[in-house]
Amino acid sequence: MAIEFTVNGKAASSDAPPATPLLWVIREELKLTGTKYGCGTGLCGACMVHIDGKRAFSCQTQVSEVAGKAITTIEGLSETSSHPLQKAWLAEQVPQCGYCQSGQIMSAADLLKQNPKPTRAQIVEHMSANICRCGTYQRIVRAVERAAQEA
Amino acid sequence: MTQQTQHLSARTLKRHGAAISRRDVMIGAVGLSFAITLGQGRAAAAVLAAERSGKALSPWVSISADGTITIMSPATEMGQGSMTSLPLIIAEELDADWSKVAVVPAPPIDAIYGNPGFGGMMYTAGSNAVTSYFVPLRTFGAQVRRVLIENAAKKLGVPAGELTTEPSVVVHAKSGRRLGYGEIAAFAEIPEKAPEIKPEQLKKRADFRLIGHDVIRVELPSKINGSAKYSIDQQVPGMIYGAVVRAPVEGSAPDKIGDAKTKAVPGVIGVVKLPYGVGVLAETAWAAFAGRQALDITWTREGQAWGFDSDKGMERFAAAARDPKSAATAWGKAGDVKAEMPKAASVMEAEYRCDYAYHAQMEPLNATASVTGDAAEIWCGTQSQTMAVEAVGKALGIPREKVKLHDTLLGGGFGRRGHRDEEFIIDAVLLAKEAKRPVKMMWTREDDVHNGRHRPISAHYIKAGLDGSGKLLAWHHRVAGDRVTPYMDPVRYEERGKKDFILMLGTDIKGYDVPHQLIEQIYEDSGVRTSPLRGIGFTANKFATESFMDEIARKHEVDPVKFRLALMGSSPRAKRVVERAAEMADWGRKRDGRALGFAYIDYSGSQVAGIAEVSLDRSSGDIKVHDFWCAIDCGIAVQPDNVAAQTESSIVYGLGMALTERITIRDGAVEQSNFYDYRVPRMSDVPLMHIEVIQTDNHPTGAGQMATPLVAPAISSAVAALTGARLRHTPFTPERVLKALA
Repeated sequence: MAIEFTVNGKAASSDAPPATPLLWVIREELKLTGTKYGCGTGLCGACMVHIDGKRAFSCQTQVSEVAGKAITTIEGLSETSSHPLQKAWLAEQVPQCGYCQSGQIMSAADLLKQNPKPTRAQIVEHMSANICRCGTYQRIVRAVERAAQEA
Repeated sequence: MTQQTQHLSARTLKRHGAAISRRDVMIGAVGLSFAITLGQGRAAAAVLAAERSGKALSPWVSISADGTITIMSPATEMGQGSMTSLPLIIAEELDADWSKVAVVPAPPIDAIYGNPGFGGMMYTAGSNAVTSYFVPLRTFGAQVRRVLIENAAKKLGVPAGELTTEPSVVVHAKSGRRLGYGEIAAFAEIPEKAPEIKPEQLKKRADFRLIGHDVIRVELPSKINGSAKYSIDQQVPGMIYGAVVRAPVEGSAPDKIGDAKTKAVPGVIGVVKLPYGVGVLAETAWAAFAGRQALDITWTREGQAWGFDSDKGMERFAAAARDPKSAATAWGKAGDVKAEMPKAASVMEAEYRCDYAYHAQMEPLNATASVTGDAAEIWCGTQSQTMAVEAVGKALGIPREKVKLHDTLLGGGFGRRGHRDEEFIIDAVLLAKEAKRPVKMMWTREDDVHNGRHRPISAHYIKAGLDGSGKLLAWHHRVAGDRVTPYMDPVRYEERGKKDFILMLGTDIKGYDVPHQLIEQIYEDSGVRTSPLRGIGFTANKFATESFMDEIARKHEVDPVKFRLALMGSSPRAKRVVERAAEMADWGRKRDGRALGFAYIDYSGSQVAGIAEVSLDRSSGDIKVHDFWCAIDCGIAVQPDNVAAQTESSIVYGLGMALTERITIRDGAVEQSNFYDYRVPRMSDVPLMHIEVIQTDNHPTGAGQMATPLVAPAISSAVAALTGARLRHTPFTPERVLKALA
């Protein structure tokens, strides 16, 4: 039986086996490839999405767990790359290879939602769930601070 | 199958592929001439140009009537920014309005787009794209500008000498008339021969409008909204999914394949025996992975690395490095070390070691392929378009021209995607051939670690001779390290006279005046898969040489910065970065509970100096790096902020190599699996980084990895300053730190 949920505000469903990680449903069935596969073990954060408004590792979430829930992916964060974090990410020239950045931005969006004016230490603690192998961390901190200021 | 490679800004997407109209001007003759200046055979270039003449595309630049300027990017983009910097160099001399420029990836035609720094291959590595393409691309841009001016002169009936350009406009100041590049393109005639541009006719640095001025990297807007397309994001009509288990040891093959459980996984289509492993084909990605997990394979004990343990190997390498009787080949030589070392007033010696390390690019390796009859189509992220089409042609026994490449953005490269055999692409190709359908083949993270090709282990023995005044006279460095170049690229190894440059580069002590030097390699071959990894040999070799410089200075009670400056009489650029880094860090100031450590490198001409501020938990052995200062002079910085970004990036990479990243080999196989047992730096590990890009008029040199090798020696020396104990083995794990302190 199909599992039903919403993605970026639109109704979606999947016939995948219930234990299939949400990540692969989003990427290969729904073709929303901004959410990335990095480790498959919840260690790198490349697959980060929001489920009912909170960040979640989509590689660690079985599709059966999201029945009736609302999922937001990077593609749904804003219509026109206009989220304060997206603007700040460009202003600070954060991405290098860019592969992890969808997950970074989704993590940061979750932080600012809970805590609109985080301290540097709070940013570091929250964002240490995500790995960036290009080492853009310093610019990520600056971008989150900028977004918090300008939002 | 006509899916476009999606690469860059919205503008680029519109311009890419067949979208360029027939009205676009063709500047083929100019491009042809440029191809010849790159040192390729005239005949080959002519043939390629003829093949391309039927298409409405020119080799490097095309300008459409609406003023859009399309520029080819010969380098692949893995975050280092070449896809912006190289077209920007053409745009500078062309005097193009950058906002009208669209960048598209160049096709794999070596004769036109090959990297002069790599014998004309299309290969993005060694932080050398800007260095090697700088003059050719400027010349080419200037040629196109000249053609536009000459056409405008004819149209306006004025001498070409009276015309100047502003961004994308030819201007006749006397009459106030102006012609946009797009307008000229509509009527332009292209000369048979490209106009000659002499070096002195290129712009002066002061006249640059783009070089040295930061622009937003062309692909960046696609990297903040999920629209950037990497290899793993490709969707090809009719495609299925593939996973592969490769043998734990190179040269080994599957002996018995237990695939009953695999075949029982819903969605699994089939199991494919490969010469080096076993593949699974499935309807979905998850079924392919589940089927892969369920395989039960035993391997033949063919292959050299069986039985090799890295810890024992390291002991053996270290013994070979220190034993003067070990067979060694000279890598570098100056003066006469053998004669002068015995005359030294005092002698010091030391040993250092570095472990295997893993690239850990964020995108696990993958490729999509389609094989039909005698042709193939591949979608992949590669550091070498040339190697990709050649490797696939070789695997299928077809000419490389029959391989259609869609090269995508890379989710990190770091040297991993530039091996001659491009084995991860071959996985996809062999599965697609078997499936007779397009296959997206993906490695899991665990595959990516287990199939890793690693930075080699190396053991270093260094001996230095000093005169009575404490001045460094003689330097002898012996490296026993696992071979890299003959494994990763046998073709270049032969071309470069069987020199293992990936292992040995950075053993030199450029920048320092030491009259007698001898650098030797003790060749070791464990059979373990090895690779160039960001910083290549520099990371291990500079850990040894710069830590040893510090030891010598401390032993003679000389300030380590002053000790180095005294040896830099012939290297003013070196002196400048060293002095600047010391100023930035306030080097002379003592810190409470913390200490500073210094390192300097001449990395292929780029001058870098770095200082780490470090504290240490003596009970746990944990090192904390609080701040890192770095001054870099890479000559003309085409994109200064990007040089700073690459420097930050390479410091973080160096931090991992220095503190936590360690691959161990047991019985020939990699022991680690994922980010829980291979720890890369996270945000909480990273120091505050203070970067200064020193702009000079020198020819641009690299920026993509130059600071990586600074980090380990700077930390080792900071810990020595703090505790008196010397860390000699990277990574500096807490156990090793505690052992050094004991």
